[in-house]
Amino acid sequence: MCDQTFVAITFGPCDSCSENRPLMNLYIKTEPINYCSLCMEIMACQDLAGGETLNSLKAETESLRKRLEEERKKLHDVELEKVAEKAEALSALNLKTRRTLKGHANKVLCMDWCKDKRRMVSSSQVPAHPVFNSSQEHAVSMPTTWVMACAYAPSGCAIACGGLDNKCSVYPLSLDQNENLAAKKKSVALHTNYLSGCTFTNSDMQILTCSGDGTSALWDVESGQLLQSFHGHSADVLTLDLAPSETGNTFVSGGSDKKANIWDLRSGQNIQSFDTHESDVNCVKYYPSGDAFASASDDATCRLFDLRADREVSIYSKDSIIFGATSVDFSLSGRLLFAGYNDYTINVWDVLKGTRVAVLFGHENRVSSLKFSPDGTAFCSASWDNTLRIWA
Amino acid sequence: MTIRNVRDHGQRFRPRMTCLKKVEAVILEMQDPKTGVKSQPQRLVITTIPHAITGEDIVAWLANRYSIQTEEACTLGRMLVAFGYIYPLQDHKRLIIKPDASLYRFQTPYFWPAQQWPVEDTDYAIYLAKRNIRKKGILEMYEQEQYNSLHKWMNHKWDFIVMQAKEQYRAGKERKKPDRVVFDCQERAYWVVHRPPVRSTRTHVHARTCTHARKRTHIGSCVFLVKYSITYNKHDPFLAPCLPSNPWLTDDVTYWMLNMTNVEIPTKMRVERWTFSFGELLADPRGRADFTLFLKKEFSGENLAFWEACEDLKWGTAATMNEKAQQIYKTFLARGAPRWINIDGKTMEVTVKGLKHPHRYVLDAAQTHIFMLMKKDSYGRYLKSPVFKETQKRAIDPEQHSVTQLEANAKKRRPSLSPIIVRQQEEEERARMATSGPVDITQVMSKLSNKGKEVPPPKK
Repeated sequence: MCDQTFVAITFGPCDSCSENRPLMNLYIKTEPINYCSLCMEIMACQDLAGGETLNSLKAETESLRKRLEEERKKLHDVELEKVAEKAEALSALNLKTRRTLKGHANKVLCMDWCKDKRRMVSSSQVPAHPVFNSSQEHAVSMPTTWVMACAYAPSGCAIACGGLDNKCSVYPLSLDQNENLAAKKKSVALHTNYLSGCTFTNSDMQILTCSGDGTSALWDVESGQLLQSFHGHSADVLTLDLAPSETGNTFVSGGSDKKANIWDLRSGQNIQSFDTHESDVNCVKYYPSGDAFASASDDATCRLFDLRADREVSIYSKDSIIFGATSVDFSLSGRLLFAGYNDYTINVWDVLKGTRVAVLFGHENRVSSLKFSPDGTAFCSASWDNTLRIWA
Repeated sequence: MTIRNVRDHGQRFRPRMTCLKKVEAVILEMQDPKTGVKSQPQRLVITTIPHAITGEDIVAWLANRYSIQTEEACTLGRMLVAFGYIYPLQDHKRLIIKPDASLYRFQTPYFWPAQQWPVEDTDYAIYLAKRNIRKKGILEMYEQEQYNSLHKWMNHKWDFIVMQAKEQYRAGKERKKPDRVVFDCQERAYWVVHRPPVRSTRTHVHARTCTHARKRTHIGSCVFLVKYSITYNKHDPFLAPCLPSNPWLTDDVTYWMLNMTNVEIPTKMRVERWTFSFGELLADPRGRADFTLFLKKEFSGENLAFWEACEDLKWGTAATMNEKAQQIYKTFLARGAPRWINIDGKTMEVTVKGLKHPHRYVLDAAQTHIFMLMKKDSYGRYLKSPVFKETQKRAIDPEQHSVTQLEANAKKRRPSLSPIIVRQQEEEERARMATSGPVDITQVMSKLSNKGKEVPPPKK
């Protein structure tokens, strides 16, 4: 549960529709009122209230933006570099490919680890969808190409995947290797555009998805019911990550509109927004403590955003890195940031000091996905060269 | 009916060109007569080609310019070739950079990958037809196949294509020989990039304005980030050796065996993590079990049970939500309930009101209250309790493995127990416990909540 609540939400009857819902505390002309999120949206979309013109609203937006900047500056007390001087310098890393998994006949687009730290699921461009465990165990045939998202259920007994078919489907796994998993498939999520990312929440029963139609959504697996949808991106949503369970019910998403947004799962509200990237945000990942998150973008930089300070705190970039970063992940302590790039390399950054620690070669095509195992003992990178590599 | 918003449709419609401008800036720098890559005229067969550069010069220049190692400079060079900004003169079909005396040339800007000029099949057809005219039978296998398929598909404009090809061929003949050779090379390189032989990698170009990477260090309260990293430093397998050894390195799975979910005796590192924060303790099933034991001794187990039941409600399946909420109310919140929890009046009022129209977050306020209570009160006492101290004492500290027998270990690799089997075992255990005598309610509820299953009616 969260220590810090970003938005004070109470539950109760809404002032306008009188239904029991999570409420937003609003001020209209300094009068505090409690509206549910639906009524608030309706009210905001209505015509200009008396006394307002387009220009006056624009001016108001500008002044609000200035005030936001001032408030943000007040939170700015110490620089990351200064504080990071306390941290020891890192010794040289000796990272090598420990396993190369070759089971795909096409570009590997996405992968996910199982909580047992040894299994993983990966998806590729063409139907055939191996579940690996040092040797290949299952292959699921999908009726669509470009399966761009896949996820392992926390129990390890099911996987979810989707892509250009606009859906996210859940497949329960079985012990029988020859069983046709596609027969037991369950369609859970339905979007109006391609599915770019999916993840289970803390149980097998709910899935969080994001899609090219600009929305993210929370679904109930059993019934396929839409529990909550999240609107706010003005372009495709490319990636999402759930906050670590101690820090509450939020998740972060990144999109083609260069923004990274933080959402509250309960109310569907966009709590915070960061738009300092110069191009599409390809991947976002929470810092292990949940106080910050990192993002990888087509502008060849990775950035660290602090949630308490509500601003970007570090940029990880170099002149010689020109091609976009596709995926990021933190090591267990959060000290190291691993990022996969379109120039086939993986760069390792010191999160606190902002310097590059190492660069890993080995893939023969762009690195599409990179994830650490749940206990931090190794990480796996998936690439368009049809292989996955495990590094330790 | 789908409603289309008029907005940026993102990557599906807009080519990902962010890095192109950056690459172009690099290429321009490389072509600078004074500070760029050294070039010299090369004799190729009987013609002299001006401004040829060697692979090793390219790599050396990049390494020097960006202060990077040779391997990284090679990677960057390879990307420049792969995208068609530099093309090889010999072995032109393999778009790689060879850091030796192999020759390369800069591609003319007319042929640079750009957003404004989509690569058209018509142009490709014209190019292939032109080469066919020049010398019959010169097309490669894959080019021949492409040519045939284009011929079939574009039959309706084939006269136009042939005419264009003839015109271009005639115009080409009027050029001087060296210019013609150069142009042919450039055009050929362009098409190798954009219509590669099948099974070679197709790369997409991204351009980016070449701004200097300035490290922005305005920070707010990042003290927390540093503190977290320092605290977990020794627990990170990438920063400190994990004991006894990292299974991925030595193929010895002892580390995983020792840290299994419900192991009897945990390792010292694991126990240490429980002291970092209450969330850590609850997140680790073994830690939670230990905490439950402690609470049982203090007769305050209902707090944790309530918290777990709330988690189950939040993340559980929607169909049984209502019943679950009512069940929790009857067990924990109602007056005279068997496992009544102590929350303040206001929270109770809000919760009871919410329960009239239950939704999955209806118990949030109460759950937060109980969580904070446990964190501020029970957690502190737990860390000082005999239960915890006993666990700490018994925790094992494995010795580091010596790095031998790697090959033997590798041969002994076996897949781990499938999670499906693990779940079956747990279900069997649950069935066994349900049929046995008086049940410790905290154990049952905690086991069930972990799997997100329904909460059974409480037994007493």
